[in-house]
Amino acid sequence: MEFLNAIVALANYVLIPGIAYGSQLALGALGVTLVYGILRFSNFAHGDTMAFGTMLVILVTWWMQSVGISLGPVPTALLALPFGILGCIALVLLTDRVVYRFYREQKAKPVILVIVSMGVMFIMNGIVRFIIGPDDQSFSDGPRFIISARDFKRLTGLEEGLGIRTTQLITVITAIIVVALLFWFLNKTRAGKSMRAYSDNEDLALLSGINPERVVMMTWIIVAGLATIAGTLYGLDKSFKPFTYFQLLLPIFASAVVGGIGSPLGAIAGGFVIAFSEVTITYAWKKVLGYLMPESLEPSGLVQLMSTDYKFAVSFVILLIVLLFKPTGLFKGQSTT
Amino acid sequence: MKKMLMATTAAALVATGAFAESHANEVKLGILFGFTGPIESLTGPMAQGAELAMSEVTDSGKLLDGAKVSPMRADTGCIDSGLAASNAERLIADGINGLIGAACSGATGAVLQNVAVPNGMVMISPSSTSPGLTTVEDNGLFFRTAPSDAREGQVMAELLIERGVKSIALTYTNNDFGKGLSDAIETSFKELGGEVTIVAAHEDGKADYSAEVGALASAGGDILVVAGYLDQGGAGIINAALDAGAFDTFGLPNGMVGDALPEAIGPDLNGSYGQIPGAEGKGIEVFSKMAEDAGFPGSSSYAPESYDAAALFMLAMQAAGSSDPADYVSKIIDVANAPGEKIYPGELGKALDLLKDGQDIDYVGGSAVELIGPGESAGSYRIIEIIDGKVETVGFK
Repeated sequence: MEFLNAIVALANYVLIPGIAYGSQLALGALGVTLVYGILRFSNFAHGDTMAFGTMLVILVTWWMQSVGISLGPVPTALLALPFGILGCIALVLLTDRVVYRFYREQKAKPVILVIVSMGVMFIMNGIVRFIIGPDDQSFSDGPRFIISARDFKRLTGLEEGLGIRTTQLITVITAIIVVALLFWFLNKTRAGKSMRAYSDNEDLALLSGINPERVVMMTWIIVAGLATIAGTLYGLDKSFKPFTYFQLLLPIFASAVVGGIGSPLGAIAGGFVIAFSEVTITYAWKKVLGYLMPESLEPSGLVQLMSTDYKFAVSFVILLIVLLFKPTGLFKGQSTT
Repeated sequence: MKKMLMATTAAALVATGAFAESHANEVKLGILFGFTGPIESLTGPMAQGAELAMSEVTDSGKLLDGAKVSPMRADTGCIDSGLAASNAERLIADGINGLIGAACSGATGAVLQNVAVPNGMVMISPSSTSPGLTTVEDNGLFFRTAPSDAREGQVMAELLIERGVKSIALTYTNNDFGKGLSDAIETSFKELGGEVTIVAAHEDGKADYSAEVGALASAGGDILVVAGYLDQGGAGIINAALDAGAFDTFGLPNGMVGDALPEAIGPDLNGSYGQIPGAEGKGIEVFSKMAEDAGFPGSSSYAPESYDAAALFMLAMQAAGSSDPADYVSKIIDVANAPGEKIYPGELGKALDLLKDGQDIDYVGGSAVELIGPGESAGSYRIIEIIDGKVETVGFK
């Protein structure tokens, strides 16, 4: 019983939140890593692209809710997702046409493109705030929990509760489906192969007759899709607020770099590494140990390795260590110079 | 050529003359709030509150022989000291006569030290509650219509004890405001015999608060007191704590009180309680009515304090007969405190008349202004509880 309580407490406060947050970061990092791998710059506008896509999803969701379309127990937002993706694709393709293409033709250095993407970031940031405002928006419907902590306690008779949110489950399932599709696309289809070829060696790809504009376009379409899905899942699970999406950029970049920027597999691994390092290292083990240890040995302190203030320091220390000893990241992405 | 030069000079002279004249009849008040950032949902109504006082005075036409009062808004980002200071510089360059702001304590401290004191500009903040600002070196230029959090710590501790709370877990937003408030709550609660199981900081605007909630839940406690911002980490912490089933009831000090919070969190927040600077009585009633007519929520946190901040500026100017900060600064405490005739919101015109006749006034305003110590509000608090998804007032302290 004591042992079960310990497991449940750990699952409730560490495993489940870590997995859901890790999936959200992984999806975000995939988008960043694709832009880096194929277009060769760090896209600072990614967080706000996510916000823009999510905003469209929210607007369509509200409209659907008002006319009474729903998906039953599943959030209506999933039904609105394709519309959001389409709108987001339109936006990024427009941005590419108006902004990035100019610099690509100039063969601008990556650092210039990074600055350009920051400009794009501020504009998108402004657009989102103009349209939907700076406030928190809630657009989740359907039951919030698959099982709430209170119900779990009642059902099992354990002292610890285990809450699983509907959105956490949806996040993980969607993330698995999206990642599987993406890998299938990159590895098995002609278009995906041409993208990888372009990423590996641009000149060689051009010589073998790959149309660069087409590759760029496909990349943006995929990135817009990933960004909208990641943003919507995050918004469903927590809440939508433009400011938070802007701040999400940091852990997303950390994930992409830790995993090896340019490597899709690395982005996923990086997302989970960052998420779990934030949650576990600063976790106070008092509760778990209290269940596991005999009463005489029960800890009186919090048994916390370091205070939660340091959780971001933790992910950045990991980032630094990875860059020092393995500059290409865990999964050998492109060198991050 | 010479003629040409003469003509130009003459024209310039005439123009400056005309300019100076219009200038004399205009009083500019800067409104420097965090219009973006962690309390952006509060600052809209706050600015409207301040502007309401200005338009009331302008319409009365009684300030300094019919001066027009115009507001100039600028942003601090709430937590961006650099932005706050540069925007304050800009406002001063634009010729403001007084500065209402800043809203967040960190920004207020930065603007005061770097801009207001060097330029001799008077600041009245409606919402900066950090205890640190009580002792800050301000050359007598800084006032606030909000009370210090040191007082709020006592109020909150008493409230918790009254409700039978024995132990609390405490989390605060990692800045001047959060740290000051959480220290105040911790000390006062311990003095009254309560136990504080953990004090943990949280950062605002982060993507995920599972780690913080994990630590807070491990430490345990009857309720979780969140000294944070309702648009920010504070709401995130509460959401995560509810989802994990870690705490059921939350203590909500100022910064967490607003209708946006129950809206964002839902029915699970019912039963949580806290307090916010606010007064009972005629002042707030009149102000709420005026705010409603002007189309913004008068019950929004710090909106009455903002009205009062603007009103104090204009009344002090009238009392001094000048809009120069150096002249009117000494009058601010005079108009705010007894003796004199009590002045409520909507009576600014009357107050200006009285001051013109050389009589004393005691400005009460929307937040029962009474300036103590180095010029900060004595602090009466509204005890609130979340009932059916609404912030309801259940008492005063």
